[in-house]
Amino acid sequence: MTEFLTAAVGFILAMLALGLVSILRGPGDADRVMATQLIGTGGIAALLLLGTVAGVPAAVDVALTLALLATFASIAFVKKGLSRFEADGTASTENE
Amino acid sequence: MSIATAFEIMLAAVLLGLGIWTIVVRETFSATVGFVAYGLLVALIWVRLDAADVALTEAAIGGGLSGVLLLGAAARLRDAEPMAEAAPGKLLRATAAALSVLTTATLAGTVLLLPDPAPSLAPASVANAWATGLSNPVTNVLMAFRAMDTMLEKVVLVLAIVGVWSLAPDSAWGGRPGPRHRADPYGVLAFLARLLSPVGIVVGIYVFWTGANHPGGAFQGGAILASMWLLATMAGLADAPPVSSRPLRLILVAGSGLFLIVGLAGLLFGAAFLSYAPALAKPLILGIEVAMVLTIATTLGLLLSGAPERSAEPWAP
Amino acid sequence: MSLVRDMISIAAVSAGAFFFLAGTVGLLRFPDTLTRLHALTKADNLGLGLVVLGLLPQADSLRDALKLVSIWLLGLLAGATVSQLIARAARQGGSIR
Repeated sequence: MTEFLTAAVGFILAMLALGLVSILRGPGDADRVMATQLIGTGGIAALLLLGTVAGVPAAVDVALTLALLATFASIAFVKKGLSRFEADGTASTENE
Repeated sequence: MSIATAFEIMLAAVLLGLGIWTIVVRETFSATVGFVAYGLLVALIWVRLDAADVALTEAAIGGGLSGVLLLGAAARLRDAEPMAEAAPGKLLRATAAALSVLTTATLAGTVLLLPDPAPSLAPASVANAWATGLSNPVTNVLMAFRAMDTMLEKVVLVLAIVGVWSLAPDSAWGGRPGPRHRADPYGVLAFLARLLSPVGIVVGIYVFWTGANHPGGAFQGGAILASMWLLATMAGLADAPPVSSRPLRLILVAGSGLFLIVGLAGLLFGAAFLSYAPALAKPLILGIEVAMVLTIATTLGLLLSGAPERSAEPWAP
Repeated sequence: MSLVRDMISIAAVSAGAFFFLAGTVGLLRFPDTLTRLHALTKADNLGLGLVVLGLLPQADSLRDALKLVSIWLLGLLAGATVSQLIARAARQGGSIR
């Protein structure tokens, strides 16, 4: 079981690395933020698997914290990055 | 080579690659996004190294607050980038590269030259856990064995907020920090803030409370609480308090203040500064931690909000 | 009994890993922002959900199991919110390609 779970973490990590490539490629900032979101979710899955493999029960708490804060990068992006610059001063959706 | 070793090599390779890319990439926004992802991978490595306390700190700070801070800074810098000076000269770049290589070589040399097994106080701190009644060795070190360091860290937090506030223009002094965020009260963001904040407050208190015996603690819990406050502010549901508010200032100094009072009481009635009577150790530590979690959450939230820039009048729609 | 539990874990975690693969490939291959967003949410919801489902039989206690489930629920909430926010921002910002 341990071997299988370790291989699964490795596989998800490889997916995360590929996701990083798409941060690199873009093309838009929105795509980069999406890649961060995917890496966040994949990271949570990898943490849970790794915690089971390595016998670190607190990994679940770490994953819980990450899941709680998973939206923050995207919110910061929507509030600051896009509204101010890409949209040329037109207030973003949430800034009516 | 076992699967576990292959996995560790892969984790290290991805992290190194991402680190190098974050430095090399030209666009500030991409570098920032890369750095946020970097923090996540570092948390994975801390779990792999069985350092769950550190992983939790990395997740609580890197996942929420520092991402918001850095993305905001990148957005501001992007505005300024076209006006910035041309690229630095060759000599400057060569000097910076040489210094970086020197630092890296020194760090690598120091790590490689460590005696094996490395000197450690871990057995001593585990053996003396009975003195406090808490079973998380990290909390014991932070709150009892090296309590002086933790107290001074809380003083540094107060100094940091003084530093940020001192950037306020004279006209805004005593006012509310940061911009007033407005959002559609029935929009996605407001919905998320209403749904997530109560859950987040429970998780924050849980992480703080479990810190006595399991990985967790006041700093991690405080960072989660600060993130929830920030979420409510960004969604336009709450406003930052004016910096002239007296209750706010009391909360900002509560952590270091209570720590200092308990420390002085130890000097007067006990053996030394910051010594706890064994019978009272656990309640004293928990009391200090409750004050600290409030101080940390408030300070981090205010640090993210920035310098005062508006009048203290409440915002009316 | 333990064999059955392990079988469930292997099946669910493998399926979850497949959805992460699908999400990543979609992010790399799909032509525009909104279709890439579609691929992303599959990985977010199903990938994480199946991994959590696979780890449930391995959980030590009911408390750990509940924590695992709440991680998935938080993931669902995050995925739903983020896709809405990014889609609207991308539409308004005109960065759809």
